[in-house]
Amino acid sequence: MDAEREVLDVLARNAREDIDDIAAQTGLDAAAVADAIDALESNRVVHGYQAVIDWDRVDEGKIRAVVEINVELDRETGYEQVADRIAKFPAVDALHLVSGDYDFAVEVLGENMQDVSEFISEQVAPMPAVTQTVTHYIMETYKDGGIRFEDGDGDDRLSVSP
Amino acid sequence: MRLSDRARTLPESGIRKFFELAEARDDVISLGVGEPDFSAPWTARTAAIDSLERGKTSYTANRGMAALRERVADHHERYDQSYEPESEILVTTGASEAVDLAFRALVDPGDTVAVHEPTYISYGPGIELAGGEQLTVPTRAADDFALTREALEAAGAAEADLLVCCYPNNPTGATMTGEQLAEVAAFCRDEDLRVVADEIYAALTYGTDHASIATQPGMRERTVVVNGFSKAYAMTGLRLGYALGPTDAIDAMNRIHQYTMLSAPTTPQYAAIEALDRCDDEVTEMVEEYDRRRRLVVSRFNEMGLDTFEPGGAFYAFPECGGDDEAFAEALLEAEGVAVVPGSVFGTGGEGHLRVSYATSMRELKEATDRVAAFVEGR
Repeated sequence: MDAEREVLDVLARNAREDIDDIAAQTGLDAAAVADAIDALESNRVVHGYQAVIDWDRVDEGKIRAVVEINVELDRETGYEQVADRIAKFPAVDALHLVSGDYDFAVEVLGENMQDVSEFISEQVAPMPAVTQTVTHYIMETYKDGGIRFEDGDGDDRLSVSP
Repeated sequence: MRLSDRARTLPESGIRKFFELAEARDDVISLGVGEPDFSAPWTARTAAIDSLERGKTSYTANRGMAALRERVADHHERYDQSYEPESEILVTTGASEAVDLAFRALVDPGDTVAVHEPTYISYGPGIELAGGEQLTVPTRAADDFALTREALEAAGAAEADLLVCCYPNNPTGATMTGEQLAEVAAFCRDEDLRVVADEIYAALTYGTDHASIATQPGMRERTVVVNGFSKAYAMTGLRLGYALGPTDAIDAMNRIHQYTMLSAPTTPQYAAIEALDRCDDEVTEMVEEYDRRRRLVVSRFNEMGLDTFEPGGAFYAFPECGGDDEAFAEALLEAEGVAVVPGSVFGTGGEGHLRVSYATSMRELKEATDRVAAFVEGR
C-alpha cells in the first residue's frame, strides 16, 4: 500500500489522530505522514475534517432531512449548473447526483422542521430547473459516518485470559 | 469428595492470579486479554441466528458438517495445505479440543513431548493428562523466539516422540519463515518426531503469509495441524476449531471425540460456513487494524526503553521489562491500573518479559501505553 493510502485509512477511522501516532501506526516517519496529508489535501482527496455528531443529544440541536429533487434540463442547463446553484445554500449539507427515480439526493440541515420546509419551498422548489421535491425528515439516526449511535455494551471479556 | 491424583496434582494456571488481581480493581485498562476485541462478523452471527430459527439444533456428523469440512479444505489451500474433507478433517469444540484429542491420540504413557517455551499454557497440562511428559525447549529473545534446530538439540529433543509447534506464537507474537521451519522439519524427520502444529493465529500475520510446518517435505504424514475460528473470525465464545491431518491420526482423534464430545456445537458450524463463504473482507479489515495497533504498541514500548522485537503475527507484543516480570506486572497494575501478563507465566524463556495484547481499541492502547511510560519513568 502506498503512503497516502495508509494515511487515508487511518484518517478515515479517526481524523483526530496526530501525525506522530499516524507515523507509529503506519511505520512511516512523521515527515512522510505530513507530506502525505499535504498531498491528500492539495489533490482534494481530503476536503475537510468533521465530527460525527448525534444532534438528538444536543440541546437546541438540528434536524436533518433527505430531499429528493427532480430536475428538467435544457440546452443551457446541465446537472452541473443545477448542482452548483443548490450547493451554494449553506443549509445544504450534502448533495449527490443519484441513479433511479429522481436526480439529486440532498441532505439539508436546519434548526427545525419549519426551517427546512421553508428552505425547500421558498429556495429550492422555485428554481426553474426543479420540477419536483420530496422531503424525508430523519426521525432517528442509528449509524452515521460508519459509527453506530448507541451507548455500547462495554467490554465483557475477561480482563486477563490465556 | 475424594479427587483423582491427576486432578489434585494439576497445577493452577499462572494467569489466574493476574486475573484475580485485575478483577479486584475497576479502573483497569487490560492489555492482558487473549481474545479479539471485535465481535464475530455480523453476517456469520445472522447465519447462526437463522439456523436456530430453522430449528437446526440436532447433533451434526461426528466429524462436523460435510459442508463445513469442504469449505475448511478449500480455505486451507491458501496456506498450501491440502486435506480431504471426508477423511482428513475433524471439526472440534474449539481448537482446544483438537489439541487435547491430538495428545490423547498420539501420546502413550511415558512418551516425551517437546514443547518450545514461552508458549500457550495448555500444552503442558494436556500432555500430562494424556500420560506423557513435557520436555521444555526454551526459545531465545536473540532468535526473536523462533524455534531452532540448535535449541531442539540442546534441550535433548532428539529423544522426544512428539513436538508441539505453535506459530504465530502466543505470547510472543513470533512467526517462523519457511526457511526456519525447514530446519525444524529436518530435525523432526531425522529424529522421527511427530508434530502437533497449533496454527490458530495463522490468519493474523503482518507483512508475510503464514508458513506451516506441515507443508515442509515429508511433514504432512507426521503432523496434525490445529486451527479454528476463534482468533481470525473473533468467534472465541462460539467454541469452534478443527484438526487437519493424515487419515490414521484423524480417525483416531475422531474415535475419542465421538465418545467424549459426539459432535462440535451445531450453531457455530452454521456461523463458520458463512464466515468462510463471505467474511474474508472483514478478516482483512481486522488484520489491518491489528497491524496499525501492533506498530503503535511496538514503537511506544521501544520509545519508553522496554526493548520489543517486531512480532510478525497474533495480537501480542513481548517487551522486555528486565528482572522480575511478575513484580513488574504487579507494580504496574497497582500504580497505573494497567494489566499485562508476566512472561514467565508462559514458561521458560518468558521471564523478564511481558505479554502485551493489542486486541484493545486504539484509544485504550494509547492511554495504557502513556500510563506504562509514566510508570517506567517513575521507577
